[in-house]
Amino acid sequence: MDSLTNRKKVVSDKPMSLWEKAYLPAIISGMITTMRHMFRKRKTIKYPEEVREFAPVYRGQHVLKRDEQGRENCTACGLCAVACPAEAITMTAEERKPGEESLYREEKYASSYEINMLRCIFCGLCEEACPKEAIFLTDRLVPTYFERDNFIYGKDKLVESLDNRIDITKRQHTGKRSEI
Amino acid sequence: MDTALLIEKSILVIVLFLISLGAAAYMTYFERKLAAWIQDRVGPDRAGPFGILQPIADGVKMFLKEDFIPAKADKWLFIIGPGLAMFTALITSAVVPWGPNLHLFGREISLQVADINIGILYVFGVLSVGVYGIMIGGWASNNKYSLYGAIRASSQMISYELAMGVSAITIVLLSGSLSLNDIIAQQSQVWNVFYQPVAFLIFFICALAELNRAPFDLPECESELVGGYHTEYSSMKLGLYLFSEYTSMFISSAIMAILFFGGYNFPGMSHFSGNTLALLGIGAFAIKIFIFIFVIMWIRWTIPRFRFDQLMHLGWKTLLPLALVNLLISGLVIAYNNGWF
Repeated sequence: MDSLTNRKKVVSDKPMSLWEKAYLPAIISGMITTMRHMFRKRKTIKYPEEVREFAPVYRGQHVLKRDEQGRENCTACGLCAVACPAEAITMTAEERKPGEESLYREEKYASSYEINMLRCIFCGLCEEACPKEAIFLTDRLVPTYFERDNFIYGKDKLVESLDNRIDITKRQHTGKRSEI
Repeated sequence: MDTALLIEKSILVIVLFLISLGAAAYMTYFERKLAAWIQDRVGPDRAGPFGILQPIADGVKMFLKEDFIPAKADKWLFIIGPGLAMFTALITSAVVPWGPNLHLFGREISLQVADINIGILYVFGVLSVGVYGIMIGGWASNNKYSLYGAIRASSQMISYELAMGVSAITIVLLSGSLSLNDIIAQQSQVWNVFYQPVAFLIFFICALAELNRAPFDLPECESELVGGYHTEYSSMKLGLYLFSEYTSMFISSAIMAILFFGGYNFPGMSHFSGNTLALLGIGAFAIKIFIFIFVIMWIRWTIPRFRFDQLMHLGWKTLLPLALVNLLISGLVIAYNNGWF
């Protein structure tokens, strides 16, 4: 029967010829190979100074989005926490008081919203579960800390600030969401 | 002995000691850099420009680590082991002539600590003692991996010393002297490697085995023996073992340069004299040593490790007969040239 590919290699255990037994030719050809590698371009990316180019759909640190008027999208429905396979998300819901309409879009909002970045596996299921377009994963990296407490991100770190909006269009145009 | 000679030799000894240690320290850096380049990486580049301070950082780290002696270890042998390894690695440099004589303060200063007329024998003697550092360390650790490493080291060194000695004898036959100075002087026109390429090859391979360098690094052999003979060592004791390995690499490169590549001789040597000649000679010798070190490291990052039976096979069944045949043929040729037939 013909094989599907031509990658098959016939292995044999025939004794080595004198040329092969001398080892030296093989060793020298190996040394030429390593010598060639010495002058190649280095593959290393020196991280703090250089950052690897991310894929457009990279799933890094989360952001809690605000809408155009600067109101928080999140309504604390808890679907992201339910969807989360690592159980990294916790939140407390609160009712919007009169006069807070400019802060929160929906009548209910998350008074606290925490993601444990040590538990999070960056799968993006929270993003998929969210009915309010509130949580997105971005191409930012979660930095390292010495203490575990620092990895529990509250609203102060997750909600985007008004004057420094986080661009999530790259993740919206992945064919998953055709309309907003 | 007059005082000036005493001072001169003491200064030389101290300078040589510092140079050997400094060279060993920077060889660790160079080895890491070379490994990185061969593997398309950058290598250490954080400590100082191009990572040039890396050996100092490593040394400080070694000193600050906990100095641990296992409860079941033989305490005194455990301490003596690394010291002996370092000691034997360093004292080989005593007979190495580092360059032509310098003329300073109206004195002719020989750049050799001890000009003994049996230089080669001294080198081989010290090399044989060198195995004790590893053996004692491996034995005293009371650890099966250490012991395996030590056993391998001793059997490997003893096996390869034979072929090494026989190929060195061919050089002695050529120069008719055991003194390293005479051997260098005899090579002022043509280097020995052109007369004795086979002996050089055998000597080089055996030197790799004596140094426990890849592809013959079975005594440490990370993949099978954890760390080999220095599994139980930590802190600066481990540092001394690693250091002694690099120091002996430096000294062996010097010995190989002397025996086969004319030591401090270089082409066009007759145009210079006095201190210029001495400095150029030292430079030429340093370049030769550097090339040897480079090739030894290059080989380490190219070839995988030999299996132990392959190692013994190569040593006893290939290199030793080859060295003996080479000795016989060169002996016959020398006898014929001297008109003995």
